[in-house]
Amino acid sequence: MTSAIQVDQVSKSFVSGKEKFTALKEITLSVGKGELFGLVGPDGAGKTTLFRILTTLMYADSGFATVDGFDIVRDFKEIRKRVGYMPGKFSLYPDLSVAENLAFFATLFDTSLRENYDLVKPIYQQIEPFEKRKAGALSGGMKQKLALSCALIHRPSVLFLDEPTTGVDAVSRKEFWELLRGLQDAGISILVSTPYMDEASLCDRVALMQEGRVMGINTPEGIRANFAMPLYAVRGKNMYRLMQQLLKLEAVESCHPFGQHHHVVFRNSSMSMEEIRKMVIPLDDDMEISRIEPTIEDSFMALMNQ
Amino acid sequence: MTGEIVISARDLTKRFGDFTAVKAITFDVMRGEIFGFLGANGAGKTTAMRMLCGLSLPTSGTAQIAGFDLATGSERIKQNIGYMSQKFSLYDDLTITENIRFYGGIYGLTDKEIKDKTRQMLGTLHLEDQAKTITKALPLGWKQKVAFSVAMLHQPRIVFLDEPTGGVDPVTRREFWTMIYEAANSGTTVFVTTHYMDEAEYCDRVSIMVDGSIEALDTPLKLKEQFESSSMENVFIQLARKATRSNA
Repeated sequence: MTSAIQVDQVSKSFVSGKEKFTALKEITLSVGKGELFGLVGPDGAGKTTLFRILTTLMYADSGFATVDGFDIVRDFKEIRKRVGYMPGKFSLYPDLSVAENLAFFATLFDTSLRENYDLVKPIYQQIEPFEKRKAGALSGGMKQKLALSCALIHRPSVLFLDEPTTGVDAVSRKEFWELLRGLQDAGISILVSTPYMDEASLCDRVALMQEGRVMGINTPEGIRANFAMPLYAVRGKNMYRLMQQLLKLEAVESCHPFGQHHHVVFRNSSMSMEEIRKMVIPLDDDMEISRIEPTIEDSFMALMNQ
Repeated sequence: MTGEIVISARDLTKRFGDFTAVKAITFDVMRGEIFGFLGANGAGKTTAMRMLCGLSLPTSGTAQIAGFDLATGSERIKQNIGYMSQKFSLYDDLTITENIRFYGGIYGLTDKEIKDKTRQMLGTLHLEDQAKTITKALPLGWKQKVAFSVAMLHQPRIVFLDEPTGGVDPVTRREFWTMIYEAANSGTTVFVTTHYMDEAEYCDRVSIMVDGSIEALDTPLKLKEQFESSSMENVFIQLARKATRSNA
């Protein structure tokens, strides 16, 4: 089986003055045909650098990679015909209208909106009422949909989306991921990056990235299952004080706030619920504790601390 | 938290032409409270925040911020609040020490105060070795922690944080919230926006804006009861889906 994307030991560093900054350290991963693959990690993880290398906009210092079976250095022209790329920063022409931007990108690829309307329709029809408006005057959400339409206009086989949901509210994010599922159903392989850990669970597989390294690659279920220790959710009346007190306990390995609960790991994984209860109940008047399944964010933090 | 009110908005409204960005919002925020200010993109949060910071005058309505009236005291308001956002906080081309000195100067601190604060801040953040580092070279999470400390330099009564943790790694994001708790415990009011719904749970009270109006305002616990939801994310989604303003 050929994969949509194959990355083998890719490294990249940047030099600025006397300082050398390593953006990517021997990254290896592969994305299957038709897969929705996520690069999950905070700012500075190296996600954008990897996108730029794979879309042939920048050379790696070392390592190899292919996209849709083509070598990213030797076959860059072939790759540019077949990939769609939506950068993290809005990069369309602000002085052209919505329709003009789309027509421009269609012409570059020797195609037309009409030819590919079925593919872009679910996205484009949401901005079609504003097709005469200049792109620079669109709201953030509309810009994002126009950029995605432009990235799809030539029916790419592989789609690169760099942080499409950063700064986007929870409702619009949900809708955007539904659109991605639709594109996947149309046979497009997708590499998408995000700093939001909860979005990892919407991918087929994810690579967890931090400071230029891949900390782990797996399905969302696999990543959760790799969290080795029993995890507990606790809740009390005074959450801030509760956390400080938990962290003072010898038996507590880690305690992190997670919304309405704190997630706690104990050093001794074989402690019974009875023993744990006895220890934590006195800490707060209104203490609740239960064993829970870890989230992707729990796993990410555990990997960061290794 | 004490019963002292530090932000009091009454029917605060902002119109741009025939578009009403903020529609008669009314609410109070207490001293030492962590107040979450949520809303979908385009709901009017930024416009409302600009008014509360004294950067934009309301079309109608009134507000008292840190003891001063918005209509007559916007300069005094600016001296008594701190502000940081994800998009702009520190000057990238200055070192950390230079940023602290610059903002200290703006807020009228004496040279000695600036010197003391700088030493104290670098110590608390464990950045003594990075004092001369160009800000640009710091990881985003550290930068945001420095930016928050700088926004607190002049011991403001209220600090406004506009998406302070966007793109920050999960560990640093939590450390950042520890700093928020500490600020609130020492009496500073924290007014914060975020797209992370778990962070909404950390607030004492949360307001949710829809199409320019505040549609809900209460403690996270009460909001979840009111909307029969298990999480703030569900509360938010129920309310934001009602939006009719075009943000397609």
